Amino acid sequence: MANIKISEQKVLQIEAICKEFNNEKGELINVLHKTQSLVGYLPAEVQEIISKNLNCSLAHIYGVVTFYSFFTMIPKGEFPISICMGTACYVRGAEKVLDEFKRILNVPVGQTTPDGKFSLSCLRCVGACGLAPVVMVGEKVYGRVSPDGVKDIIKEYKQA
Amino acid sequence: MTQFKMHLLVCGGTGCRASESEKLFHNLKHEILEKGLENEVQVITTGCFGFCEKGPIVKVMPDNTFYTQVKPEDAIDIIAEHVIKGRQVTRLLYVNPETEQHVSDSKHMGFYRKQLRIALRNCGFIDPENIEEYISRDGYAALAKCLTEMTPAQVIEEMKKSGLRGRGGGGFPTGLKWEITSKSQSDQKYVVCNADEGDPGAFMDRSILEGDPHSVIEAMAICGYCIGASKGIVYIRAEYPLAVERLKIAMKQSVEYGLLGKNIFGTDFGFEIDIRYGAGAFVCGEETALIHSMEGLRGEPTIKPPFPSVSGYLEKPTNVNNVETFANVPVIINKGADWFASIGSEKSKGTKVFALAGKINNVGLIEVPMGTTLRDIIFEIGGGIKDGKKFKAVQTGGPSGGCLTEKHLDIAIDFDSLTAAGSMMGSGGMIVLDEDDCMVSIAKFYLDFTVEESCGKCAPCRIGNKRLNEMLEKICDGKGTMKDLDLLRNLSHVIKDTSLCGLGQTSPNPVLSTMDNFYDEYLAHIVDHKCPSGQCKALLQYVIEAENCVGCTACARNCPVNAIAGERKGVHVIDQASCIKCGACLEKCKFNAVFIK
Repeated sequence: MANIKISEQKVLQIEAICKEFNNEKGELINVLHKTQSLVGYLPAEVQEIISKNLNCSLAHIYGVVTFYSFFTMIPKGEFPISICMGTACYVRGAEKVLDEFKRILNVPVGQTTPDGKFSLSCLRCVGACGLAPVVMVGEKVYGRVSPDGVKDIIKEYKQA
Repeated sequence: MTQFKMHLLVCGGTGCRASESEKLFHNLKHEILEKGLENEVQVITTGCFGFCEKGPIVKVMPDNTFYTQVKPEDAIDIIAEHVIKGRQVTRLLYVNPETEQHVSDSKHMGFYRKQLRIALRNCGFIDPENIEEYISRDGYAALAKCLTEMTPAQVIEEMKKSGLRGRGGGGFPTGLKWEITSKSQSDQKYVVCNADEGDPGAFMDRSILEGDPHSVIEAMAICGYCIGASKGIVYIRAEYPLAVERLKIAMKQSVEYGLLGKNIFGTDFGFEIDIRYGAGAFVCGEETALIHSMEGLRGEPTIKPPFPSVSGYLEKPTNVNNVETFANVPVIINKGADWFASIGSEKSKGTKVFALAGKINNVGLIEVPMGTTLRDIIFEIGGGIKDGKKFKAVQTGGPSGGCLTEKHLDIAIDFDSLTAAGSMMGSGGMIVLDEDDCMVSIAKFYLDFTVEESCGKCAPCRIGNKRLNEMLEKICDGKGTMKDLDLLRNLSHVIKDTSLCGLGQTSPNPVLSTMDNFYDEYLAHIVDHKCPSGQCKALLQYVIEAENCVGCTACARNCPVNAIAGERKGVHVIDQASCIKCGACLEKCKFNAVFIK
C-alpha cells in the first residue's frame, strides 16, 4: 500500500468522478482523463483509489496509464513546455529548438525542473504546421521558434 | 432574421488561432459596434481556409476579398477602409510571388486554382458553431433523403456506385464495408468515427471537425440507418480541444433540432452519438486497437478476422470509418454517385485532402481530385520549395509511407499509383523535403516514432523496429558497415511479413523507400563517413577558414560551450573535441569563414 499523500477532499473528488461514470470499468480512460485534469498527474496513490472504485486490478490501470502518452505519473511543471516533434516541425529544425530547451533548463525530456517551474515534453503535431517549428507553453502556442528565441520564451515565464 | 449586407469570415482553425485570430475577431466586432454597423455587417468565425502559411485569414463577402496575415490591430483598417469606404486594404492582400501583383480573390491564387473542395466544402464558409448555416448549405438534406425516400440497401448501393474508398489510409471501399456490417445479425450495432489522427504532420481530420462538424454527424447517422445501428461513437484525440468543443456544440444543436435522437424526420429511425477520447497512441488508428481503447483497455490490436464489421465494440458489429470518409458521404447522396464517380482516377474516385507541409512555400490543407500529379501539388498549389532550394523528395503516408523523388513527380496520384511507387496514400500527410534533408535521418526519424508507438504486443514490431532504429543510428553516427545495409533490408521484410497489424506491416516502408531511392546517401554515410546534406552531427566538422576570418569574435561569443579560441582581430579556431556541433558559429559568421567539412 502506498502512502496516500493526497488530501481527503481530492479523494472524494476522484470517487465522485468514478461515480459519474457509474464506476464502470469500460469508462476507465474517461475516468483517467478527468482525474488527470483534476490532480495534474496520475501517481500510484490515485490509481489505487480508481482501482477500488471501478473494481479492477491496479495492474490493469497501471497498464493503461503507461500505455498512453497523454497520461503521466510525473507531475508537470507550473509551465509545461511541449515541443512539437511532428514531421513538419522536425524538418524545419525542431530538434535544435529542443536541444536548446534541454541545455537552458538542464532537464531531459519528460522531466520537471527542480524548482517545479518548467517541465519539458515532446508532442506529435499540434496541427499548426504552417508555423513550424512550434512550441507550446501551457495553452499558448509559439510559432516559427528558432534556437535563438528559446531563451526569450523561458524569460517570459521566469519572471511570472 | 437580419439581412446582413456584408460578412467578414475570420479563420478560427488551430493554426490561425495560434496567430491571434481570436483577438482579431473580437477587435472586428468591437469596431463594428463602435461604428454602429452591427445590423449591416456580420463577423463570424469559420473553420480552416487551408492556407495556413498566410494565416490568419479574413474573407470579406460578398466581394470575395481574401486578406492574409491579418493582425488584430488591422481590424481598424478593414472596417474603416473596406467596410465603410469600400476600398480594399491593399497591404493585406496576397501577393503573387511570380508577378508581384496583389490578388484579392482566392480563385485566382495558385494555391486554390487547382483545388476541388468536397470534404472541405464548408470549411471556411460557415460558422461551425451554428447549425443553421450548415442547413442553409444543404445540410441534413442527405439524411432526410435517405430516411424518407431510400431504403438502406439503396443507400448502400449508391455508396458502392460512387466508388468512395476509406480515407484513413486503407482505401477499403466504403459501400462494401457498410454492406458487410449491415448483413451481420445483432440486436445492437455501432457506427464509429475514427478521429484519432496520429500521423505526425497530418491535420485534415481535425480541420474538418473544427470547420464542419455537422457533415460528420450527418454521415454517421446515414451510416447508422444503412447498417441498422442506433448508436454512434466518435473516437477523438484529447489533444484536439477545439475540435472536441465544436463537435460537442454541433451534437447538442442536432439534438435540439431533432436531427439526432428518436424518430428522426418522423421516421422510426433513431440515432445518438457519444464521444470517447483517445489518449495519444498512434496504434489506435488501427480499427481493432481503437475498439479496445474505447472499451477502456490498452489500445492493442487483435488478429483479424473477426473483422469489426462482425465483432467489434463490445463484441457487436461495428462499422469504423475515418472523419474525411464521412465528410464525403452527404455530398454523394445529394449530388449522386455518378457525379462523384466522374471525379478522380479510374480506381480512386473523388478527391483527397492533403496536409502539405515541410520545406514548401504554401504550407496548408489542400484538397485535389485523385489523379492530380505531385508536380501540380508541390509546384503549383504549394508554390515550390522554400528559399529557392532544390526539391529532393516528398514523404507521403507518414510513418507507414515512403519517399517519392523527382522521377515520381508526374505520376497521377491515387491509392494504387502511390503504392506502386513504393509509398502510400496514408491519411494524407505530405511532407516536402529539400536538398538540406538527410534521407537516412528522415528514415531514422520515422523509426524513432514507430519504436515509441509500437504497442509491444508482437515481437517483430516491438523488437524488429528497435533493431532497425539502432542500425540507422549506427549509420548516422558513421559507424555503419555494408553488412548493416543487407541486414536492414532483410529485417525490414521480415517485419513487414510477420507483424500483427498495419503499424508493423508498414513501419519499415520509410527505410525501404529511402534505401531504394537514395542508396548513394546510405553509401556516403558508410563508406565515405560523410553526410551529404550535413545533417548528421557525428559526421560533420565545423571549421574556420583562416583566410576569411577577420577576428570579429562573433562565433566565439555565441559558442554555447566556449569551444572557439582566438584573439580579437586574430584568426579563430574551433576545438573539435569540445564542439557540440550546434551550428551557432556558422549562423553568426558574417564573413563566410565557418564551413562544414
